[in-house]
Amino acid sequence: MPMKVAKATFAMLTIIFLVAPLIAILPLAFTSSVILTYPIPSWSLRWFEELFFADAWRRAIFNSLIIGTGTTLLATALGTAASLGLRNRLLFFRGSMRTLFLLPMVVPAVVLGVGMQVLLAGFGLTNSYIGVIIAHTVVAVPFVVVSVTGALAGIDERVELAAQSLGASPATVFRRITLPLAMPGVLSGAVLAFATSLDEVVLTLFVAGPNQRTLARQMFSSIRENISPAIAAAAFLFIAGTVLIGLVVVVSRSIMAERR
Amino acid sequence: MAEFIRFDRITKFYGPLCVVENLDLGIGKGEFVSLLGPSGSGKTTLLMMLAGFEQPTAGEILLDGTSINAVPTYKRDMGVVFQSYALFPHMSVGDNIAFPLQMRGIGKAGIDERVKRALDMVQLSTLSDRRPSQLSGGQQQRVALARALVFEPRVVLMDEPLGALDKQLREQMQLDIRDLHRRLGLTIVFVTHDQSEALTMSDRVAVFNKGKIEQIGTPRQVYDEPATRFVAEFIGETNLVEGVVETVQGAEATVRLPSGAQIVSAVSGSIASGQSVFLSIRPERVDLSETRSEGRNVLETEVTDSVYQGDHLRVQLHNATHPLIAKLGRRSREFPPGTKVFAAFSAGDCRVIAP
Repeated sequence: MPMKVAKATFAMLTIIFLVAPLIAILPLAFTSSVILTYPIPSWSLRWFEELFFADAWRRAIFNSLIIGTGTTLLATALGTAASLGLRNRLLFFRGSMRTLFLLPMVVPAVVLGVGMQVLLAGFGLTNSYIGVIIAHTVVAVPFVVVSVTGALAGIDERVELAAQSLGASPATVFRRITLPLAMPGVLSGAVLAFATSLDEVVLTLFVAGPNQRTLARQMFSSIRENISPAIAAAAFLFIAGTVLIGLVVVVSRSIMAERR
Repeated sequence: MAEFIRFDRITKFYGPLCVVENLDLGIGKGEFVSLLGPSGSGKTTLLMMLAGFEQPTAGEILLDGTSINAVPTYKRDMGVVFQSYALFPHMSVGDNIAFPLQMRGIGKAGIDERVKRALDMVQLSTLSDRRPSQLSGGQQQRVALARALVFEPRVVLMDEPLGALDKQLREQMQLDIRDLHRRLGLTIVFVTHDQSEALTMSDRVAVFNKGKIEQIGTPRQVYDEPATRFVAEFIGETNLVEGVVETVQGAEATVRLPSGAQIVSAVSGSIASGQSVFLSIRPERVDLSETRSEGRNVLETEVTDSVYQGDHLRVQLHNATHPLIAKLGRRSREFPPGTKVFAAFSAGDCRVIAP
């Protein structure tokens, strides 16, 4: 019995540790004050209005959506292709190859950012949407690879062999069997890619121009300039969005489980 | 029977490992051939090469007289049934069975009609809308069978299809598949490591060992006339007794055992007098009595143990130089340990095998 209590307490503390910063910032999204501090004088939605009507914030949200969508499409396509390639048993150094694909996860973002800026400058892609999308894709691909590789590993190879023997060409096997079975993994990979792009600040600082300010980047600079509660409102949007994304992942996982 | 499938000097290496070695095998149209052998004997690899999942390192596979080495799997028109069923988990039972028909561009009405007939054939008509995961193992295997047969393939390949089922269901499915084979005139190549399954179902059994075929023949031939020691031991239970050939007369040889006893036995293959050989004596062909019977081979033995096993009585015997096992009918009397008995068997019930 004491063990049970200890476990529950520990779990509680861990959860508090993880969400305390969120709990600290969220109420401030609804403050009527012009500075980001407690106590809250009265409740108001003025900072959400600011977010949606002030030019800088509106543009930032718009940019985040463009760049997030572009990153999601590109990273999902590349990551899925990579995962399919990594299935090939005849591939040399398959283990090392997989590690290589996951490298952007562990390389410090600052290092990547510097390299990316130099590289993109060489192609004249700094200060462009394409440049930012490429940069974000580099850090988003590993999430897609991990997720899709997991889904592909769950497919019985014999199912694909059976489809071939029943008269399906390799392209048809991919379209009718492999892709549908891997789809939950592809979807959750796409969601993670979008979330990664939304959240990315460091690379954006290096490669984006003033026209590609994303929401995260805008929050970052507005903290430096003036600590306005608009940041809290933006954070609230982020969290709401993340919860939504989380729900999508959970639902797609349960669909996947149902199919098994 | 016209030859339909021919394996012509097939060799398969995995890296340095030779899994099939210079193998020749012909299979007739409408024939049910089992590839029987222990795991690693090359039987599944041979089936995978026939299906086109693997390429032979050397040699040629002919179907109806033409080489299919270069034909990809999806154009070979062969239905494959796997031990793991390999149903499409994201499709309903009906869609699983419709899949090969869709691949062949058959119209919707034709597909519906043929799917319905296939489901009737395996007695699953009511489960068309279920997902494979909602079916039992036996039902899933029936779906896999229907899916492999619905497009009327030229050959049906089965890789241990009943291995995952429990004993009772397995025996039922054996009879069902045998029945389908007869009714539809299918050509079936069936891989199994279960000798009783191979004997039950096949027209012919090919016994595999270490990448080679040790013997191919009807179930009766491989059981009653084993060509090698491996076949005698792998199929059914047998007593192997060492001896030396004294004389050979036509299809019979006289063999002297180390104990001095002379045994007259049927011979398969070429045996010369003076050669050291094994005698294979099936336990169920041995009779026990306390009096010496005339005109048959007789060994003087003593009972060491006797076990009642429901459908038969298993008696362990020992004579001066070697043990012997006898399986007696259910109605046989008991033989308590220590009883001195004569073990008798006819010349046709034992077999000389070259070592």
